Amino acid sequence: MHNLSNIVTRPFLAALALATVSAVAVHAEDAKPADPALANSLNANDKTAEQDPALLKKNAAVKAEDGKYVDADGHPTFHVTEDGKKLDWYTYSGYRRYHAECHVCHGPDGMGSTYAPALKDSLKTLSYEEFIGILVGGKQDVSASEQKVMPAFGDNKNVMCYSDDLYTYLKARASGAVGRVRPSEHEDKPEAAKKAEKECMGS
Amino acid sequence: MRAVHLLALGAGVAAVAAPALANESVLKSIANPAEQALQTVDYGNTRYSKLDQINASNVKNLQVAWTFSTGVLRGHEGSPLVIGNMMYVHTPFPNIVYALDLDHEAKIVWKYEPKQDPSVIPVMCCDTVNRGLAYADGTILLHQADTTLVSLDAKTGKVNWSVVNGDPKKGETNTATVLPVKDKVIVGISGGEFGVQCHVTAYDLKTGKKVWRGYSEGPDDQMLIDPEKTTYLGKPVGKDSSLKTWEGDQWKTGGGCTWGWFSYDPKLDLMYYGSGNPSTWNPKQRPGDNRWSMTVWARNPDTGVAKWVYQMTPHDEWDYDGINEMILTDQKVDGKEQPLLTHFDRNGFGYTLNRETGALLVAEKFDPAVNWATKVDMDKGSKTYGRPLVVSKYSTEQNGEDTNSKGICPAALGTKDQQPAAFSPKTNLFYVPTNHVCMDYEPFRVTYTPGQPYVGATLSMYPAPNSHGGMGNFIAWDGVNGKIKWSNAEQFSVWSGALATAGDVVFYGTLEGYLKAVDDKTGKELFKFKTPSGIIGNVMTYQLKGKQYVGVLSGVGGWAGIGLAAGLTDPNAGLGAVGGYAALSQYTNLGGQLTVFALPN
Repeated sequence: MHNLSNIVTRPFLAALALATVSAVAVHAEDAKPADPALANSLNANDKTAEQDPALLKKNAAVKAEDGKYVDADGHPTFHVTEDGKKLDWYTYSGYRRYHAECHVCHGPDGMGSTYAPALKDSLKTLSYEEFIGILVGGKQDVSASEQKVMPAFGDNKNVMCYSDDLYTYLKARASGAVGRVRPSEHEDKPEAAKKAEKECMGS
Repeated sequence: MRAVHLLALGAGVAAVAAPALANESVLKSIANPAEQALQTVDYGNTRYSKLDQINASNVKNLQVAWTFSTGVLRGHEGSPLVIGNMMYVHTPFPNIVYALDLDHEAKIVWKYEPKQDPSVIPVMCCDTVNRGLAYADGTILLHQADTTLVSLDAKTGKVNWSVVNGDPKKGETNTATVLPVKDKVIVGISGGEFGVQCHVTAYDLKTGKKVWRGYSEGPDDQMLIDPEKTTYLGKPVGKDSSLKTWEGDQWKTGGGCTWGWFSYDPKLDLMYYGSGNPSTWNPKQRPGDNRWSMTVWARNPDTGVAKWVYQMTPHDEWDYDGINEMILTDQKVDGKEQPLLTHFDRNGFGYTLNRETGALLVAEKFDPAVNWATKVDMDKGSKTYGRPLVVSKYSTEQNGEDTNSKGICPAALGTKDQQPAAFSPKTNLFYVPTNHVCMDYEPFRVTYTPGQPYVGATLSMYPAPNSHGGMGNFIAWDGVNGKIKWSNAEQFSVWSGALATAGDVVFYGTLEGYLKAVDDKTGKELFKFKTPSGIIGNVMTYQLKGKQYVGVLSGVGGWAGIGLAAGLTDPNAGLGAVGGYAALSQYTNLGGQLTVFALPN
């Protein structure tokens, strides 16, 4: 049992998320032009991916550090290789976490449900900061014709410890880098991911 | 063969002599097929109506008699009730109740809309459904999403009393209907994905005062289990039967939720229901049998004390909640007439037990696709008697954390979910709405935070491979022999409760929105009509001024609205061929409507 009080956990995790944003942004300033090793190699035959060339370009990785990829804006992003078969660890992990924590409302593969939006579409426009903000604080859209409420996950370590993973997976879906498939292969789990997971989950 | 309605009638007569037996107003309504006082149609959950005006030869002439919009666009489960000339219609969150006067073209006599904090919405796993009202002693009983139980005056809609059964901030919510029995009302609770220690509670029907509460897991006194008298397969369960099967205090977040249906046998004076999955979905994190999650319970409604328990899926590894309805019939098994309980579990086995003793009589697969277990061990001398024999390949426990176990049938939504089956005493067959869906399941480590989801597994679901390609079947089942009599393939899961009638017709709804009528002997389709939205409600019937009507709520959603709305992927079709299983959104849209049918004058 890890009955951490809400008061302690929530600001901590929120601060953690924000800290990640600024730290990555600093690195991005000295990012070099795209390295061919960072390029994506997608499955052109997967119609379920709905590739979006503009978003694929915008979200392309410009830098990698210990298995974590970042785009030109300094935000975490995906890295898909071997004709779409292989995902970077974080995007793969995001697939797993999404289908445990998010899919009961947002549907399989970010496709949406009868009562929650399709995140494969929402993430076409949602920024990293907006995404993390909604994850931490939730969202309410309640009117006479609609009762859409997303809970605040700020206290939930099963979600917040993997917020970047969820973000890169959903960006990959929104850009069309990953289709409606269970990823079959992934890059090795980076040491940094193992360490961060242990510290964040605290068990 | 005697049917349950006869049994209920018999008890009704007995009730005159002993007023404490059953609930007279409920028994009176059950005996009158013109009315419907319970969601389950009768105490035995048979969902059989003696009305026979609409029959196998004229059902093809059915027409829409009238319609009613509920004003809510979420998943609509359950069905309206009819008492005398009044119909009572409920909605999903915000759980509005409408009282309609059927003598005056369904004019709204009163409307009750509770004020609930919308923050309960996301705590409800899988949509904000509500499986309906119950009627007893001139009151309408509503169990809201936020677990407030309300008694309303059936004439005016005025609140008699209300009581709060749980705390949504801890993940405790409600989707189920309630059981009025004797001078009490029995209620359950949801929250299996939030680590709730779930329970069943009895409140006083007149005052709302709490009478007893029995938990699904924990110390004996909390569960209202008598170690010497409560039995499991004929033997006393012994001391600490639950505590011994959990590691440390994990039972405190153990789930075992009670969001299904209740049935009641007035003769034996026992109520029956099932408990749900243990929390989390990662079996590695909770070693042991996790008793008494996934269990059929028989309790005394006055004291709550358990007479017997039977755990169907010890140490669940697949989210096969045991909450589906327990259908009570009297039929001959092994040459002698026995009081039976038949249950179609999420795990894909159709169980028949002796409901007096809890003896296991039949356990057979009601979908041939079921593969996670070879069978249930029926050998009384065996160490594993009464337990499913799990296939290693499909065991998410044996394959372990971070391993994807593939091709498990059924999927987590079960071969059948809550949508109730029906039983006809004319054919002695059960009519069962089913899912034909399989899954890949990968468990991983999670931590517990109060009020937050506590899932711990990644799932992907798809139509059963090497079959007809659809995601559902509507079947007729022989509960004594454990055999499928006939099976109708459906493109989508059948998520609507069935209704059997004395007119030799069985009704059910489909996710595309069709109300269908089939022949109870052959399954032949006799009638279908496409309603405005997908049907996850239960078909009901009533009679007014000598004329029979059939009604059903439309409004797609629920668990079915999650995966199916997006279309499930097909593992065999390969990349890019998902279109073969087109999304439900190409067939229907959100809605909230009651459609009532009748024969032309």
